[in-house]
Amino acid sequence: MDEKPDQKETKQLTGDEKASAGLLEKVKEGGTALKQRAIDEAKTYKDVQDTQLWKSIFRVSHDRSDPRNRSLAVLSNVFLHLHPAKINRDAVRYQYTWGMGGITFYLFIVLTFTGVLLMFYYHPTKVDAFRDILYLEHDVPFGKLLRNMHRWAAHLMVITTWLHMFRVVLTGSYKRPREFNWGVGVVLLVLTLLLSFTGYLLPDDQLGFWAVTVGTNMARATPMLGSEGPFGIQLGMTQYNDVRFGLLGGSIVDSNALLRSYIWHCIGIPLVASIFMAVHFWRIRKDGGISGPAPVMLESEMKAVKKK
Amino acid sequence: MAKAKSNLSRGKLITLGVIVLLVVLAVFFVQDWHQLWTISSAPDNVPIVAMLFLVPFFTWLGIKQSRANDRLIEQLEEDPKLAKTHHRKAEPWRPGWAREIHVWPYLVRIEFLAAVIVTVVLFVWSITLNAPLEEPANPNLTMNPSKAPWYFLGLQEMLVYFDPWIAGVVMPSIIMVGLMVFPYVDSNPLGNGYYTLKQRRFAVGMFAWGFLMWILLIVIGTFIRGPGWIWFWPGQTWDHNAVVFDKNVDLHDWIATSRIGKALHLGFVSANPWKFIFGLIVVSSFYILGALFFHWLMTVDFKKLSLRPLRLFPQDAFEQKLLARTSLLQYLTFQFFAVSVLLAMPVKLLLRLALTIKYVWVTPWFNI
Repeated sequence: MDEKPDQKETKQLTGDEKASAGLLEKVKEGGTALKQRAIDEAKTYKDVQDTQLWKSIFRVSHDRSDPRNRSLAVLSNVFLHLHPAKINRDAVRYQYTWGMGGITFYLFIVLTFTGVLLMFYYHPTKVDAFRDILYLEHDVPFGKLLRNMHRWAAHLMVITTWLHMFRVVLTGSYKRPREFNWGVGVVLLVLTLLLSFTGYLLPDDQLGFWAVTVGTNMARATPMLGSEGPFGIQLGMTQYNDVRFGLLGGSIVDSNALLRSYIWHCIGIPLVASIFMAVHFWRIRKDGGISGPAPVMLESEMKAVKKK
Repeated sequence: MAKAKSNLSRGKLITLGVIVLLVVLAVFFVQDWHQLWTISSAPDNVPIVAMLFLVPFFTWLGIKQSRANDRLIEQLEEDPKLAKTHHRKAEPWRPGWAREIHVWPYLVRIEFLAAVIVTVVLFVWSITLNAPLEEPANPNLTMNPSKAPWYFLGLQEMLVYFDPWIAGVVMPSIIMVGLMVFPYVDSNPLGNGYYTLKQRRFAVGMFAWGFLMWILLIVIGTFIRGPGWIWFWPGQTWDHNAVVFDKNVDLHDWIATSRIGKALHLGFVSANPWKFIFGLIVVSSFYILGALFFHWLMTVDFKKLSLRPLRLFPQDAFEQKLLARTSLLQYLTFQFFAVSVLLAMPVKLLLRLALTIKYVWVTPWFNI
């Protein structure tokens, strides 16, 4: 916009001397007009929510008092759309819900975030793995904090998963129609434990090495599929072809085990867990949202079992 | 209200009693506070120490709300008129209040706050406590004790009582499948979506039994098992040179060599094929007796239970009703999982720790 006066100026300079005085006036005038325009425009930007940029991101106004907008705030947001627009007034009582399921999911996000950052500094090889941890602890900015957070978030996730299950049992929330989702949850519990366990080996220190040695030694005893399990020998199992060999990629916990552990930990299990999580959350909605607090039922209201 | 008050004070008394007992036990029996501190302050053990507080807290929170609902249920059962008009929740309700509220902002703000709090907790935890890092992995230098992460210590502790194929493979599988079938064998339609103990005494009891047993095994694995996986009481110094002579015997040998066994000429149970048959009988009778025990637990009316006059099998009318709703398949499935895990685990634990019995059934292919 401000190119116009400039162009005029260059034009006039080559021409009449008298005109130059009038030109200065014009430029000044133009300048004040532009300034005023900028101020006016800036005033309209004061309300961020009124800008095109904001409106393109958030399709609805977040007017706190408008019920329609409150609903749309949830429904038109990809991160929130798993929620219904409205819920039972008692369903937000955290004394009832404990919030452990949500916290577990949040911890999964924290773990993914810190985990991806850790992957930038880690090589899953026998030569590098342990050194990478030392490097993380001593040289990488905030590396120690990063590793600590990943570790403790993992432990916390196991705890919150258990407490979430505990609450679901105490409130009978696994009952019809949520039986299947409880099963999905049990799978997620196992995946959580496996995620934690596969991560344990990655620092390649004594702690992880022996924990995984003890853990995978049990696999040796798998009935029929383990070299030391019942009926294993009869089925031709040796320590070079049994289920433990498959888990470790070898007969001892070594470089192949480290690589397998790494891939299961960073790609395999998170991928499977994400799918199960999607189903888990989807089914919460489809099964009618959070189970309660529901009105109590009385013994006298128990319906007779339908006989087919 | 008076009843509620007395319940509350009883609960407080029990809590106080447990705390006093723990303090007395600690003062008299802890010889080595440093050892106890070393175990509890190991960074990887912090979560299980936290669980020692979290599990009782959330149990209390659940029981508190169950009690409130149970009182309401009792009140409504006595007063059918009130039952028709009551909003049926222990949570307050007034006419005119909206039944539903908007997720934005009322739920989203709680979720946001929870995320902030968890993040802060994680930051504080991560700044104050470092993740453990031992020496580089060395297959030639065995860690002693060589422990799995705390959440697997229950499984590792089970290795003491069962062979690896049971403790490490079969038991975890049964527990997983058992958890998954839980909703399908629970035929009780009541207690769906609210805390209650009165209406779901057996289901909640069974789950709590399993959960607490699991926590207990982890606590044993964390605080009690020392070098060589030897039993050291909390506060006892871990002796790295301690040796325990394995005196464990198989049940058939134990019976054959006992005084009664000798008097009855039962020596033959130690020899093949009687050994096998004996074990088979023991395991089968365990399943039958176990199932009878659970059946009793399921249906007994604890209030009418008494020794004088002898009344061991009074039936609870409500539990009878629930049992009538249970199909044979549901019942048998439940019994299988209950006896195989919930009962087998503590029974084998007691057999091993108290009677030093190794196996109850020895066969050429597997031992139980």
